[in-house]
Amino acid sequence: MSASVLFDTPGPRTRRRSRIASVIVVVLIAAGLAWVVYTLAQPRDSSGITLPGYFDASRWDIFVLAELWVRIGGGLLATLQAAAVAAAMALVIGVLFAMLRTSVHAAVRIPATIVLEFFRGMPVLLMMLFILLVASTGAFWAVVLALGVYNGAIIGESLRAGLAALPRGQREAGLSLGLTRLQTKTFIEFPQAFRQMLPVIIAQLVVLLKDTSLGYIVGYNELIRTTMNNLGSSVGNRYLFSLFLVTLVIYLAVNLSLSAVARRVARRRSPGKILAKDQITPTASISALGAPTRNPEDRTTE
Amino acid sequence: MNAVIENLPRFIEAFGMTLWLLATSGVCALIIGTVIAAMRISPVPSLNVFASVYTELLRNTPLTLVLFFCAFVLPQLGSRLPYEWAAFIGLTLYTSPFVAEALRSGINGVAVGQAEAARSLGLGFMQSTTLIIFPQAFRMVIPPLINVLIALTKNTSVAGGFFVFELFSAAKELANANGNAVIAILLAVAAFYLVVTIPLGILSAHLEKKLAVQR
Repeated sequence: MSASVLFDTPGPRTRRRSRIASVIVVVLIAAGLAWVVYTLAQPRDSSGITLPGYFDASRWDIFVLAELWVRIGGGLLATLQAAAVAAAMALVIGVLFAMLRTSVHAAVRIPATIVLEFFRGMPVLLMMLFILLVASTGAFWAVVLALGVYNGAIIGESLRAGLAALPRGQREAGLSLGLTRLQTKTFIEFPQAFRQMLPVIIAQLVVLLKDTSLGYIVGYNELIRTTMNNLGSSVGNRYLFSLFLVTLVIYLAVNLSLSAVARRVARRRSPGKILAKDQITPTASISALGAPTRNPEDRTTE
Repeated sequence: MNAVIENLPRFIEAFGMTLWLLATSGVCALIIGTVIAAMRISPVPSLNVFASVYTELLRNTPLTLVLFFCAFVLPQLGSRLPYEWAAFIGLTLYTSPFVAEALRSGINGVAVGQAEAARSLGLGFMQSTTLIIFPQAFRMVIPPLINVLIALTKNTSVAGGFFVFELFSAAKELANANGNAVIAILLAVAAFYLVVTIPLGILSAHLEKKLAVQR
């Protein structure tokens, strides 16, 4: 905390005051949480029948069944599968879009820009519906194709920004060695832009993973649909809350570990910058260099 | 094309719901996000921890799950809200951490010398943040905030999967009813979304360029 320039290193009185404030806040939050847990744990009356509280053993006893976990695992696998295929597709489409958008020929550049803006401005869900109804590919490919195209458009934009940020000398050096424009772009500029933007791209892939959950709406049996719809209806509604909590925990575990990878890559990419600390515990400190924050998640598009 | 013109009132009704969701949850997310961002830079450690846990939890939960919670789990817990309000709550909760992060990165972007100068002039925490840091940070966060709103516009479509009649559910309903004009209907719906997102995108890019020159 003392690293922050926003306030002085606190003296004894301020420290005491801030400790008191801290304690009050902790007590308030703890009280709020305790209230929520207590309310959930209470048995409730619903049209004459008394239902057990949400933490009652009878709402959690299904989770000892191995078969249930196999089905949840299947749902998770379906989510990861769709995410993996869509991620590969998004990377390819992203490179392609970046190539086309930075072309020297206006005849290539302008249509590419229009198509890109079209894809970026449209909800992914609508794209999934479009593919589902028009191409009738089945839910899996609707999810994968829509996510691939949409995230490809976004990755293409960030690659383009990466290309634009490269020093001009790189391109000039390539051209002066006798490489063609395409060769210069492919072998000199792209590898650098890609490495530069890698943290942003990984963070965007986390967004892609989260968005596979839209499969719930278009009828692809991914994690949420498996746990909430399929399992929910076969084991009964009273397990809905328990199933919801389990699904939430699974998503958080997967996404937080992927985000951690993105941050680690981001930190590795910027050696010698003192900002690394700021990324792990984003505290009050104004970043020491006055540079825009290095947290890759800040530059993604949901 | 005829199917689109015939169903125009239905489209307008759905578009109105999309705009309502965008406006209400946009405004509330801005307010909550500002509070969370303020907590994140405040000198009280427990507020910091609370704000970062809130941000991390909501940012890593899929929107579908958040809306599922509001539409299906909340009624189980005794809420009697109509689905529109459930969607509003879900979208607000989901968008607020993104607002907070945009604000925080704006604050981090203010040159450190500004804060040092304010401090060395004897301004306190409140004075240096409200008079020196925020006015500068605010200009820098406008483009990212607009991008958050663009994302929110697109995210309102997810509410269509949870019993709210907005553009996405209109697309689904009308496409099912007019099997021969599916493409026209879906393109019309896309056009309604683009009417909101593309001008916002242009505005954001324009402001970004304009503010960048002045720095």
